[in-house]
Amino acid sequence: MGVLNSISSYIATDIRMAAPILLAGLGLLLVNWSGLLYIGAEGTMLISAFAAVAGSFYLGSVWAGLLFGMIAGALFGLIFAFLTVTLRANQTVVGVALNVLGASLSATLNRVIFGVETTIAKIDTFETMAIPGLSKIPVIGPAFFNHMPIVYLAFLMVPLISFFLFRTQQGLNLRSVGENPRVSDTLGINVYRTRYTASILGNMIIGIGGAFLSTGLLNFFTEDMVSGRGYIALAAVIFGKYKPAGVMLAAMIFMAGNVVSNILQVSGAAIPYTFLTMIPYVLTIVALVVFASRAVAPNALGKPYKRG
Amino acid sequence: MIGIKKRGKKNNTQGKSGAQQVLVSFFATVVALLLGMLLISALGFDPVKAFSSMLIGSFGSLNAFAETLVKMTPLIYTGMSFALASRCGLTNLGMEGQLYMGALAGTAAGIYLTGLPAAIHIPLTMLAGFLGGGLWGLIAGSLKVRFGASEIITTVMLNTIAINFIDYMVNGPMIEPPGINCQTPPVQDSAILGNLIPGTRAHMGFIIALVFVLLFWLYLWRSKPGYEVRVSGLNMEAARYSGINTNKNILLVMFLAGGLAGLAGWNEIVAVQIRMIPSVSPGYGFDGIAVSLVGNNAPLGIIIGAFLFGAFRAGGNRMQIMAKVPNAIVSVIQALVIITIVASQMVLEKWNDRKLQQESGSKEEV
Repeated sequence: MGVLNSISSYIATDIRMAAPILLAGLGLLLVNWSGLLYIGAEGTMLISAFAAVAGSFYLGSVWAGLLFGMIAGALFGLIFAFLTVTLRANQTVVGVALNVLGASLSATLNRVIFGVETTIAKIDTFETMAIPGLSKIPVIGPAFFNHMPIVYLAFLMVPLISFFLFRTQQGLNLRSVGENPRVSDTLGINVYRTRYTASILGNMIIGIGGAFLSTGLLNFFTEDMVSGRGYIALAAVIFGKYKPAGVMLAAMIFMAGNVVSNILQVSGAAIPYTFLTMIPYVLTIVALVVFASRAVAPNALGKPYKRG
Repeated sequence: MIGIKKRGKKNNTQGKSGAQQVLVSFFATVVALLLGMLLISALGFDPVKAFSSMLIGSFGSLNAFAETLVKMTPLIYTGMSFALASRCGLTNLGMEGQLYMGALAGTAAGIYLTGLPAAIHIPLTMLAGFLGGGLWGLIAGSLKVRFGASEIITTVMLNTIAINFIDYMVNGPMIEPPGINCQTPPVQDSAILGNLIPGTRAHMGFIIALVFVLLFWLYLWRSKPGYEVRVSGLNMEAARYSGINTNKNILLVMFLAGGLAGLAGWNEIVAVQIRMIPSVSPGYGFDGIAVSLVGNNAPLGIIIGAFLFGAFRAGGNRMQIMAKVPNAIVSVIQALVIITIVASQMVLEKWNDRKLQQESGSKEEV
């Protein structure tokens, strides 16, 4: 039973750690399918992580925090869309700028509002919500059915977004804008509006991922807390071949690196801690190297579109 | 990066007059500063006091000015690093990691090569720093060429890997005996750069950085390989068809760009820190992006951009102490500068397009 129990807890850890990457990846998926290349997910997650803590602190409810996080994400999405769609600025450069903005603005606001003292403000955070019945199943229950609400939400969004993208008219419109905006335009699809919507909604979902970091996985905000997850999500999208299920698989695999490093640490292997910390990042590179050439990106990804 | 996209007719960025570009950068910086002041007052601080204390911190005395020179020197290198990659159509976000690897290699050469005269030792540490950063950059380059892995992602991952690796090295194999502080022993005296302004922290590394700006200009604008890099940057496909080995260019440019960022790290070791510490860079690598964009990827522009952000960094600490404004606001302003620059470039372009359309009258202009 001991082995089974630890396997069960490893799976639970993997799922919990994968949730923010999955959310960011799903958000990026919407943005990418509309033809926008957004590398600013790291910045969105940071500002949302902070906004969630602030919201939870002021309004006393973690759900209010989540709402704050989503609004912050939406704002970043709006800024990105305005600069890259309306002004047709270089999407990579704007993404970089939003990364810098997210990191520095969250740090500034955090220092102004919460100060630099070591005491952490007490905030309302997400709590695990066991699914009645299912969570009682041995091994499987604790692994899959005893998580925080956002984790269920993240995994529920996989089939939902899949259905939206590949089974609805709006999803088809979105993808056609990403594949060929010119043709979509002549077919009467509003390219600009589609891209604005995708950028705002996508960043909202990325924002949920950021909010979960600070009010779910942790109960406070620190300045480097996203630590590359925004970029790992970007890799997850490529690895997952621009499909929600693929992104889910990628997030699980990348974060399994965390589990491996946990196991190695517990087993007392003579590997320095810093090398264990590298594992998810190395895994991300390996995954990119192995799968990047097979990924099929939307045709117009990263190309500015000029109406007319 | 700016200017590799298809542009409207004659008034593209490459052909745009330097004066116009300078105006855009200047205007954008002023707007970003005003937005920054707005934010500072929105946060409940006095923006005038904040900026005046920042100015005093960066220019108020000889020491302050020297500090600005110290802070701008690594930014010259990282700005060139990002600019060189951009000129080849690549996005190097890995300057921070390349800087760390260059600093580590430079430190190793500075500690373990002994008994050399400074005239030989310093160039050797420099070479080590360049190679450390260059090889780290080359990893991303070869992953792109061999496997098509986006350098945007791999360089960022390599940053984290490098910083963790340095953490390991200064806590383990290279730790200063007896191992109380996580830092390496100091480099040999023969590896340390001389002073530039007596009595201040300003050092000869600043002059060396300027020499590299000259080399940067000679390479990109006065040599055939540099020309090929720029052609690849304008249109990779077209360059390939015209017989330029673009894969070789990507490898070379990622190596050179990494090497330049590595020199930023080398500079910090032999002129500022004297030894390797885990926090050798407070983000100089990322600052390089804004430096390069303000400077429009051009030599003189990079120096101006580095001066601007170097002054911010030098004055930011004083602002934090005097006006109580967190110095992270400096990076907020940096992000705003990037945004206002790309935005005003695009607005200008739209305006140019419109003017062109009006001039051409009824002629077909799409």
